[in-house]
This record gives sequence, C-alpha cells and structure tokens, in this order.
Amino acid sequence: MLTRRLLIGLLLSTLPRFALAQSRAEERAQLSFDSLYKSFGIRGLEFSERVSGLKGRPIVIFGYMAPPLKPESNFFVLTKEPMAICPFCQSDADWPLDIVVVYLKKASPLVSAGQRVKVMGRLDVGSWTDPESGFVSQIRITDCDYAKV
Amino acid sequence: MKHSTPLLALALALAATQAQAQTIYPLTKAEILSGSKFDFKVEFPGAPAASAVKVTINGKDPAQVLGGSVKFTEKEDGLGHSAYIIRDAMLKAPGQYVVEASMGDKKSSVKWEVFNPTQRKAKNVILFVGDGLSVAHRTAARILSKGISEGKYAGELAMDDMPAMALVSTSGTDSVVTDSANAMSAYATGHKTCVNALGVYCASNKNTLEHPKVETIAEIVKRKRQMAVGVITNTEIEDATPAGMVAHTRRRADFNDIVKMYFDTQPDVMMGGGSPNFLPNSTNGSKRTDNVDYLKKFQDAGYNLVTTSTELKSAQGNAKTTKLLGLFNTGNVDGVLDRKFLKKGTVDKFPDQPDLTDQVRASLDILSKNKNGFVLMVESGRVDKYAHSLDAERSIYDTIMLDNSIKIAKDFANKNKDTLIIVVGDHAHPVSIIGTYDDERPGTTPREKLGTYADAKFPNYPAPDADGYPNKVDVSRRLAFIFGSYPDYCTDAKPYMDGENVPAIAGATAGTFVANEKYCGKPGAVRITGNLPTDANSGVHAADDVVLTAMGPGSEKFRGRIDNTRVFRYMAEALGLGGK
Repeated sequence: MLTRRLLIGLLLSTLPRFALAQSRAEERAQLSFDSLYKSFGIRGLEFSERVSGLKGRPIVIFGYMAPPLKPESNFFVLTKEPMAICPFCQSDADWPLDIVVVYLKKASPLVSAGQRVKVMGRLDVGSWTDPESGFVSQIRITDCDYAKV
Repeated sequence: MKHSTPLLALALALAATQAQAQTIYPLTKAEILSGSKFDFKVEFPGAPAASAVKVTINGKDPAQVLGGSVKFTEKEDGLGHSAYIIRDAMLKAPGQYVVEASMGDKKSSVKWEVFNPTQRKAKNVILFVGDGLSVAHRTAARILSKGISEGKYAGELAMDDMPAMALVSTSGTDSVVTDSANAMSAYATGHKTCVNALGVYCASNKNTLEHPKVETIAEIVKRKRQMAVGVITNTEIEDATPAGMVAHTRRRADFNDIVKMYFDTQPDVMMGGGSPNFLPNSTNGSKRTDNVDYLKKFQDAGYNLVTTSTELKSAQGNAKTTKLLGLFNTGNVDGVLDRKFLKKGTVDKFPDQPDLTDQVRASLDILSKNKNGFVLMVESGRVDKYAHSLDAERSIYDTIMLDNSIKIAKDFANKNKDTLIIVVGDHAHPVSIIGTYDDERPGTTPREKLGTYADAKFPNYPAPDADGYPNKVDVSRRLAFIFGSYPDYCTDAKPYMDGENVPAIAGATAGTFVANEKYCGKPGAVRITGNLPTDANSGVHAADDVVLTAMGPGSEKFRGRIDNTRVFRYMAEALGLGGK
C-alpha cells in the first residue's frame, strides 16, 4: 500500500510539469460517460480504447455531482445521471458502476447535488482504493477544476 | 417548567423499565422447528458478572436442554450489558418451553413452542415471492393480461386459480411496517426480526454478523434431508429476498458477506444479477473489498456458470448440470417491459438476459434431478422496485411475468401432485387502481385526464400477446394505478417510455430529496408535494396484509389470517422437517 501511495504521490508531483507542456501542444480531449468502457460485462469492465489512450492526459467531461459527504472537499463522485439515491447516506444503496471520481486541485466548496458540471483534469484509470476514504474507483480525474454548466 | 415534573417522572419510569428488562432471544411466542439450529442469547443490562445471573429453560440448565456450551461475556462489545450465549442450540422434544432469566429480583421470561412435523406430505416446495406484491398488482395484471369486459374477466391468473388462500401479516419485531429483509427472513426461518436483518434476531452486537442466528429453510433441508435448493430472482442475487434463503446478518447491505454465505450453503441453483460482488477486487468493476474470486470458487465447486439466456438454455439441456450459477447483469436484471418491448434500462449492455420464466424452467429441470426433492424460491423482485420508483407499468408487467412463471410451476406440479406451491408478497405497497387516465378527456393535467367511477370506463390496452402482455402501454385510456406515498415529484400521468421513473433526486441540503426536474417540463406535468419525510427518495412500503395463494400437499393449512412466520411453519410441516 505504501509503495502504491508513494508511486501515486510521485506521479502526481511530476505530472503538472508535463501537463503544462502537453496542454500547450494539444487540445483537451472530451470524454463522455457513454465511451468509458468497451465491454461492461458480468466478468468485469474493460476500458474503451479511448480511455486507455487518454490515460495521464488532460481531459474534459460533463456529468452530475453526486451528493457530497461534506460541504467542502477535494473529492466528489461524478455520475452520468443525477443520483436518485445517496450511497454515502444509505446503507443499502449502491453506486452505479460507471462513476468517475474527481480529485480537485484543492479542497473547494461543492455545489449542490444534482448539479451538472464540467470537469477538467488529468485522467487516471485502473482499480484504486483511496487510502483516506477507502473508496474504490476505476476511473479518476486528478488535479481538477470544475464549473457549473 | 409546569410540565417538567411529570415528564421527568415518565423518563425515570422508562429508564427503570429499560434497566430492568433483560432480553431473551428468540423472543417470546417464537415457534421453533424441532431439530433446527438457533443461537440462544440473553442480554443483561448493567453488565453483571456471571455469578449474578441465572438462566433456566423449563427450570433446567439451558446447556443441558439446548446442547452446546454457554459463553458469558461481560460488557459485550464494550457495551453496558453482559451476554449469555449458546450458539447452534437445538430443541428436539415438541411442546411449550418457558425461559427465565433473572438478575437479583429482576426477572424476565419468554415462552416458545417447539413443533415437530414428522409426516412428509410434499416432495417439493416452490415459494414464489412477488416482492411488494399487493392486491392492486394482481388486479392490474389480470386486467392487462386477461382482459375485462362488462365487469367480467376473460381468464384467471395462474396465481389466483389456487384452492388455498390466506391474508398474511408482515409486521416485524421493531416496526409495524417492514422491509424485504425482515419479511423474507420470516418466510425462510419462521422467526420475525427487524428491518434490514436477515436470519438473525436484532440484538445489541456491534458486528452485524454476530447477532443471534436462526437457521434458514435452505440450510435445514440440505442438512437434514439432502434436498436440492434453488434461489432465483431478477434482482441482484445478494438483495434481501434471495439472500434471506442463506444469509445471517443484521445488515442486508453486507453484499460481500452474503456472497460468502451463498458459497457456504451452496444452493444447487442460484440465478440473478449482481456479479460485481463475485469478482476479486483486482478485476475492474469489482465491488469486493478482498481479492477472492467467487466466480472461480463456485466453478471449482462444480457449478456451471452462465451469464446469458443462451448459455442458460444450453446448461439446462446438459444432462450433467446439477449445480448452476447464473449471473445475468451487474445490477438488477431488466424488467420485462424493457427487455421485451421498450429496450430501455441496461438492455443495450445486456441484450441476452433471461426471462424469469426461462429461469424457472431451467431450475425445475435441474433441481428435480435430486431424488430427495427440492425447495425453490422464485422472486419477481422488481414489482417492488418499480413500485418504489412510482413506475406503475413496469411494476404491473413484472407481475404478469411472475404469473407466467407460476404457470410453469403449476404445469410441473400437476404431473406428480407432490409439490406445494405458495405465491405471496413479502410486504405491501400503498397502491390502488382508482380509474383510468383518458387522453380524450378535456384539459392537459393528470386530474383533468382522470376518469373515476362511470367516467373511468375500461382501459383500451391491445389484446395481450401469447405471453399475456399488451404490446403497447402508452394507450389513450390507461389504468390510473396510483401510489399512496411519494416524495416531491412531477408527473404527467403517462407511462415512462424512456426508462424507469426517477421521481426524486438528491437536494441541496444533504440527505434530502427534491422533484426530478426532468419530468416537470413535460406537457401537462404537475408538481406534486411529497407526503413523505424529505429524506425519502421514493415510495415506501405499507403495513397492509398481503394475499397468499397456495396449492398442492400441505396447502390446506393456509386459511384466514396468519403471521408471515407461518409460511415457514407450513412449508416445514408439508416437508415433515421435524426430528432428525
């Protein structure tokens, strides 16, 4: 776990320099919820080639902010549709499989749940457990800014 | 100030009552099958030492009466009580038992009845649970799938055409209104418990898996009679109703533990959705917190794993299939209205999901290979889920699907007449048919379109297809199937052709829900103020009794009004599960 955290820490600390260089050189690619997975099956999920190809690159995606745990955070869950349930609040509610976890540049006040937002950041893919919250995610956007739309 | 004295006195009186009462599990009036396993527990408030308490059963030492050994824990889980526990207890002799627990002069007692049915009348039992199946569901399914003219139906539902009928009361130990966990637990174990609990009494334990357990019918028939067991549903297999056949947890959301409990009990046939909790956490899409690969474990244990309707049919046709695990969706299997007609939900991602009827056919073929007989639980689970989301048409279509499944079971039972079939809801929803919504009526809003009494006439759905489904739900005069409980929502009183209704979404204040604006702008849509607390995102269950119908050996017991625990008892009696 320590090694993994260290690795991610290293990645995060080195990425911004490349990011600056890259963002000048390329357009920020737009991702949509419908194009995240190639197969979405009983035996697991397979990322789409687009997602695999954009790993580590700057992207933009539109979605809905799920009910946040606290009013200010550096972390929220982005969903395809507004959430009818609050998995953080209800013991028997569950997240949809195709969620995206958003890590902001710094802790910010979150907008109200159900708000459609535009999220810009760097794409990270692969199963990862947040060491602080224990939240397991498949697709993350790190170093993010977001805006209401 | 004026009120403080009586209030204080009341508070003290309440505190005194609570301090006095030691709680004995199983609770009083429990009806216990002889030779079934249960955990015996007494909680003594105030955390007394073992030497300060006394427990007897019919005046004798419990360890002698129940077998097993006593474990006494002061301040169990760091809480303010002491626990006296005998795990895996058993009572063999039928009759009345009086349990007394005393601590100084504070005494409490409960009475149990042990029943010992030894004469087997039925070889097999098939329990159909329509989750949330209420009277209006049956009526609506009959109108749509059989047709009605001049007040008379053109046919009977398979579930209605049965000789035995009873009203079943569903309340739990903690509340007048129950949930599917507690309700299924009563059918599967014969013991009532509390909301969210499966196969356990709700004691004070902090660990959800350590509450006092009671054995399920699946465990009993496998252990005592080497019978086959089937658990099939169109919800996630870990969901409360199917889980009730095997699970022991205070918290129905313990999906990962429930998968392990399935593996421990090994029902011969298991089908539903909910594959992510079977995948090791190293696999993308897993919802497990450990790296155990339950798909592989089940396959290694001899299960034929199928993930589509085509694979299911092939496994069914294979004479060697005696154990089958079918997982057809990552979440719930799509309802029949989406699979067969509208192609919404997750039908694009999972285009080859089986119908509940396919699941029942395959289960009967596989389970009937066991010469000792079988117990099969079949759930049509989205009758409830669509009632929660105030989606009448999807709920009604899944009721018709349930009826088609029952027809298959009846045909099976009619061959040998040795199968008890029971059809029942697990709890009610506050649903009713109050007329029709008629597009020909003037105006635009739902109340203008609503015809009541003579103005309702009859709905104009097309004649049902061979499977009993009208091929069109958005007809000009449709059933006004209404919901008695709701959050804030918007409605135009039309079917949800673009996918399941999502009446409310999370609001600006944490833990509250507001109307989903998606529907508010539709022509004729009106904004309805919820009648539920603002933390509700959908409709809720009702405490109304549910209707049970039954046929086959042992069904004659079902009559009048019964508690839901009697469903277990009459199944156990039909199968003669007493004794060894």
